[in-house]
Amino acid sequence: MNEKKREPLFHIVKRSALPWYQALLIRIAAIVLALILCAVITTITTGINPIQVYESIFAGAFGSARKTWVTLQNISILLLISLALTPAFKMKFWNIGGEGQVLIGGLAAAACMICLDDKMPGGLVILCMVLASIAAGAVWGFIPAFFKAKWNTNETLSTLMMNYIATQLVAFFTIVWEVPKGSGKIGIINQDTNIGWLPQAFGSKYLLSIIVAVLVTLFMYVYLNFSKQGYEIAVVGESENTAKYVGIKVEKVIIRTMLLSGAICGLVGLLLVGGINHTVTTTIAGGQGFTGVLVSWMSKFNPLTMVFSSFLIIFMDRGASEISTNFGLNHSYADILTGIILFFIIGCEFFITYRLQFRKKAEKEEQ
Amino acid sequence: METKTAAVSMKNITKTFGPVIANDKVNLDIYKGEILSLLGENGSGKTTLMNMLSGIYFPDEGQIFINGKEEVIKSPKDALKLGIGMVHQHFKLIDVLSATENIILGLPGKLNIKEASKRIEDICNKYGFEVDPRQKIYDMSVSQKQTVEIVKVLYRGADILILDEPTAVLTPQETEKLFHVLRKMRDDGKAIVIITHKMHEVESLSDRVAVLRNGQYIGSMMTKDTNVTEMTNMMVGHAVTLNIERPDPVDPKPRIEVEGLTIRNEDGILKLKDVSFTANSGEILGIAGISGCGQKELLEAIAGLQVTESGRISYVEEDGTKEELIGMDPRKIAEKGVSLSFVPEDRLGMGLVGNMDLTDNMMLRSFRRGHSPFTNRKSPRKLAEDVVESLEVVTPGITTPVRRLSGGNVQKVLVGREIASAPTVLLTAYAVRGLDINSSYTIYDLINEQKKKGVAVIFVGEDLDVLLELSDKILVLCGGEVSGIVDARNTDKNEVGMLMTRVGGKEDHE
Repeated sequence: MNEKKREPLFHIVKRSALPWYQALLIRIAAIVLALILCAVITTITTGINPIQVYESIFAGAFGSARKTWVTLQNISILLLISLALTPAFKMKFWNIGGEGQVLIGGLAAAACMICLDDKMPGGLVILCMVLASIAAGAVWGFIPAFFKAKWNTNETLSTLMMNYIATQLVAFFTIVWEVPKGSGKIGIINQDTNIGWLPQAFGSKYLLSIIVAVLVTLFMYVYLNFSKQGYEIAVVGESENTAKYVGIKVEKVIIRTMLLSGAICGLVGLLLVGGINHTVTTTIAGGQGFTGVLVSWMSKFNPLTMVFSSFLIIFMDRGASEISTNFGLNHSYADILTGIILFFIIGCEFFITYRLQFRKKAEKEEQ
Repeated sequence: METKTAAVSMKNITKTFGPVIANDKVNLDIYKGEILSLLGENGSGKTTLMNMLSGIYFPDEGQIFINGKEEVIKSPKDALKLGIGMVHQHFKLIDVLSATENIILGLPGKLNIKEASKRIEDICNKYGFEVDPRQKIYDMSVSQKQTVEIVKVLYRGADILILDEPTAVLTPQETEKLFHVLRKMRDDGKAIVIITHKMHEVESLSDRVAVLRNGQYIGSMMTKDTNVTEMTNMMVGHAVTLNIERPDPVDPKPRIEVEGLTIRNEDGILKLKDVSFTANSGEILGIAGISGCGQKELLEAIAGLQVTESGRISYVEEDGTKEELIGMDPRKIAEKGVSLSFVPEDRLGMGLVGNMDLTDNMMLRSFRRGHSPFTNRKSPRKLAEDVVESLEVVTPGITTPVRRLSGGNVQKVLVGREIASAPTVLLTAYAVRGLDINSSYTIYDLINEQKKKGVAVIFVGEDLDVLLELSDKILVLCGGEVSGIVDARNTDKNEVGMLMTRVGGKEDHE
């Protein structure tokens, strides 16, 4: 009938909770759609067969045993940073200072390697590095937390500013410790003695970070979901008034949580300097302090989901380098593809929460 | 009635949310020049129905006729075009803008604040609103903000007005003022729908009532032909008794002694001045007063949440020893062995965590128990199940976030948790605000049960009739001072009302 035609084509309806397998299905569909769109765009803009592009993305990440190990190691590092940021975000404390906390942890580790190498046995140096980097990261987390707790300063600004301080400190010490003089970089530290180089786990130089990442993932999952402190974090994040009402000391929780957050970031700095690069530069964190924010949010602060999110991001990143060399495409091209995929993944959350209800055809015929 | 035209006619409206049927084939007519009260328990679908009229939801089935013509309302914009305006329970205003700016926000055409202000003033003069068009929203009281919302829909040409629980946040005086303008608007030929739980408001204001129950339309009648009992029975679906019990106190002994309590807020404004009183065990001490007269500060001070300037708050143990509560936070108070329960005004913002499920909310009070670093969810889960069962909480399950529950059920969860710890002192602030009549009586019963167990109850209320029926003593606050403490059995609304508006109003009266 006439009036039915004026009913909107569709309207948006909130879903009641979706069973997990349906939600998963929607997400998989989103990734498939994203890949199809990427393929279409690739063919149109470059004329290259998209299947080939996908093949070399995969080869970039898992093409050889070494590549696979590096991919896993990179995943571990990104995962660790995301995990470190998560308790803060769950508390609604916007810690975007992961970058600085990692850097300062790395700097502390490097300082121990450089200054203590001839003063004590290697094992002791490593112990000092562990303590120093964790403490340094924790301090970098503590400072913004303290100001927030005491005077309610904006943590977004202060954590961000702490990043710059960390970067400048590293730049300063690069000049102090540069080898050789005038080169503007520190170079590999203790290349001959290997003092302060973190030991290899089970004979593989990649495994250590991976093991640490697995342990921290499990720890964080249990900590957030089953510990009293994790519960306090959730209550403070949801409502400070409720927290005060039941006698939770909000200031204490903020400071404690940021100490933890910073400490884990410091640990990542240790792994990067002592275990992987054996040197420190201002770009050693590589922006992952910010990528970690994305991973943490995308996973809705669930440590187990973060494994997949960081996998996806590292996978695309590794593949990106591969296609840029194989096809002479710019590295930015892979960023475009990553962007499309992320857009679909984040966008599909809408369809998990809401349903589009289309005009009912059957009803129309009835009338 | 035949002489009036139906401004709105809703026919066979159905709306479902997932498995929940919010409205089931509802028929409703709204007439011009009439105030219609829409009645129903919490969750009976009143707000949903009105949201469909104002374009926020779209009905799954059914038709809407405006002035006899079938219309499709796809958005609030469509609704406004048809002259339908809704004033929501939660205001939708921008704090940093002025009244005028808020009112013309989003309207097409040239921005002309001067002309708009003039038109706003015209509207205000016509109906007797008091609003300064230049005043910023953050400077306004709740009632002023509401006025801006009403003027906003009038400015946009609405002649069908829907108000969702407009009096829930108003003082009796402000309510009277609101009713005055609503009557004026009715006489001007506008159609007005008001959703409310307060029966005496229904009786004094509306011309007609329509009742919904479980999403279904039950019926409508002229207000003058019905009474509170009949309306309540229609809402609930079976006969209910509307008497508040007042058992005599058993062996009352002083439990909380407050002496010379003075409180300033963060801005240095005096909120409580030299307040002294004693709350006895086994008694209900009602606290009356215009809202914002220090009730919140008083309860929060006793609960250990408020910084005090001077004075003492002592907890008197069974054996007569006294414990000073000032300077202790809620955790310390609990550790001292003082079992103090507090049902705050802001249920989801203070008493509960909206995004957590029932179990985790039950755990709020008890999660610290034991030395293990891990939480134990076993007993909270049991408690959640018990509360759901004994207080008849309507919820899909104990893993549902509490914000999804309706107001009455949220309050049952909160009160259920607070009385589960076998308190010796129970503080409640506006315990029945926003609750339907049936839930309200459940809460009164629960409070009375605590009283019989020997709990000292401090009950901050806004409905004088209820305070007079429920309390043993009534403390009246006026501007942060104790204006009088009266025996609830030997006083009347008039005396308490006088005390509310003027310190020591009684002497003045004599």
